[in-house]
Amino acid sequence: MSNDVDNSRRKFIAAGVAGTAGLVLAPGVTLLDMANARPAGEAASSAKRWGMLIDSTKCATGCNDCVTACGKENGVASTGHPETDPQWIRKIELKEVKSGKSHSLPMMCQHCAEPPCVDVCPTGASFKRADGIVLVDRHICIGCRYCMMACPYKARSFVHEEHDDQNPDVPRGKGCVESCTLCVHRIDKDLQPACVEACSAGNHGAMLFGDLNDSNSEISKRIATYATTQVRADLALNTGVRYQGI
Amino acid sequence: MSNDVFRKSKDGAFYFVLGVIGLVVLAGLGAAYYMEHYGHVVTGMTNQIVWGLPHVFAIFLIVAASGVLNVASIGSVFGKPVYKARGPLAGLLAIAMLAGGLMVLMLDLGRSDRLIIAMTYLNLKSVFALNVFLYTVFFTIVAIYLWTMLDRKMHAYSKYVGFAAFIWRLALTTGTGAIFAFLVARQAYGTALLAPMFIIMSFSFGLAVFLIVQAVMYRWNDRELDEVILHRLKNLLAVFVAAVLYFTVAYHMTNLYFAKQTAFEHFILLDGGIYTNLFWLGQIVLGTLAPLAILFHPGLSKRSGWIVSASVLVILGAFAQLYVLLIGGQAFPLSIFPGMVESSSFFDGRIHPYSPSLPEFLLGMGGIAAAALITAIAAKVLNFMPDDKHHPVSH
Repeated sequence: MSNDVDNSRRKFIAAGVAGTAGLVLAPGVTLLDMANARPAGEAASSAKRWGMLIDSTKCATGCNDCVTACGKENGVASTGHPETDPQWIRKIELKEVKSGKSHSLPMMCQHCAEPPCVDVCPTGASFKRADGIVLVDRHICIGCRYCMMACPYKARSFVHEEHDDQNPDVPRGKGCVESCTLCVHRIDKDLQPACVEACSAGNHGAMLFGDLNDSNSEISKRIATYATTQVRADLALNTGVRYQGI
Repeated sequence: MSNDVFRKSKDGAFYFVLGVIGLVVLAGLGAAYYMEHYGHVVTGMTNQIVWGLPHVFAIFLIVAASGVLNVASIGSVFGKPVYKARGPLAGLLAIAMLAGGLMVLMLDLGRSDRLIIAMTYLNLKSVFALNVFLYTVFFTIVAIYLWTMLDRKMHAYSKYVGFAAFIWRLALTTGTGAIFAFLVARQAYGTALLAPMFIIMSFSFGLAVFLIVQAVMYRWNDRELDEVILHRLKNLLAVFVAAVLYFTVAYHMTNLYFAKQTAFEHFILLDGGIYTNLFWLGQIVLGTLAPLAILFHPGLSKRSGWIVSASVLVILGAFAQLYVLLIGGQAFPLSIFPGMVESSSFFDGRIHPYSPSLPEFLLGMGGIAAAALITAIAAKVLNFMPDDKHHPVSH
């Protein structure tokens, strides 16, 4: 009888210790998991330059996985007005005039090192973060659309109407200009942009994200090995998004 | 006694005209509120045509505002008495039109409520921000200039302030032209030629507006304008119209020479539909050749009514020219991948359609009406009638 009591007490104590240990250690494990993420409050550093490499030979016509993932992640949905609906990323179909060779590729903000949108913005709402991500500060954008006139990639959209389906991480608003943020809210949690993740999940492998400043990163190695292209390289904007296969 | 009655009847007409102009201003403000409330989805503007009809009106008003001041500058800086007598009216029109133009520009913003931000957060690398500075100083200089012209005690300073205003107005129009000249992405823009072209456009548009307003004021006051004065002003307008034509030819010829620009030129000059029609019929035939024919015609050019008609044609041509440059320049798709045919759900590689909406037109007309309202009220309170007695013409 007394042994039974002792046993149940021991079990109770053991479970209690294990539970407490779990509660104490679990956040630590999570912290370890996120060790590479930038702690909140620490400014982005120019030691990194985030970029993307898109291999158009692996990008299939008709595949829209990246576009769908971007829309879901950032709350960019169609309202049935295609001419005014914002598009942060779109698939472009290309055909060479002479040879007829075709390409399919995603086009979005190219996160230029010398972004024309940042130069022309009257209030400084259009800005480039230290790690190369080009963003719009929604608090000081006056909706003049000069950046849209200046962007050579048609990467920016103006929010033409009210919408109430926002993702809390991605504030958007009528009357302001917006574009691909490279999923900055995910990058700051050491996650990949939603489009890249979706492309990998679909086993397409056409999109690679990484640090262009780190010579050991996969993206830098690929750029060093293969011929890659900057779109409208003639403008010398030094884009963060590079293409392979066009 | 009869004079009193006459004046009273004129007063009634004045307030009636003022009321009509005021209603147009209100319609413009109402249109802006409507666009602000529902968003730009209720306009014809899209993510392809990002600047629309309001910008055509705003740029016309801003360009003409700096150009009309030229009349005053020729008087003060170059000492021509005919123009000196017209300085105050020119200064008033400059302030009124700039105010009207900026009103349209501000009310078209996606966030017009952030006016304070636009004035306090300045990115000095942006030519837009530079323009905010150019406009503000322009208002100040022209206001002081008006003071030196209207107050006898200040006359001595008129020449110096007039010189400052002249330099500043050249800078201002350069700034307006640079808004487009600094756009590297689009084929219609990205050329330094646009800065001097905008200056010469301002001379032409501004003088045309001046001649119309002057004719209305003389008619209102039952006065005849001296034929010699009219002759000089119309000759100057003809020179400016011809100069705009020269710049237009230079702009298109340069583009035609560059292989990468020929598709764009083909679009504007040959198969651009509305833009091709507006260019040839609007800008060239109606806005350039017809007024030149009138202004150089031995008989017609002596008649005040015909000179006003020529001025109206110049203004219509100006709107056609700005519409082709602004909207036509955006309607032609960006060449993101030169040498390839592009297509996408975002209308890449396609000519972008644009149908201006009523609110956009009303907002633009509201800007013109605001300029007219300021001019009419100021002309009622102070004497802006050209005074040729105190500035005799040397024959």
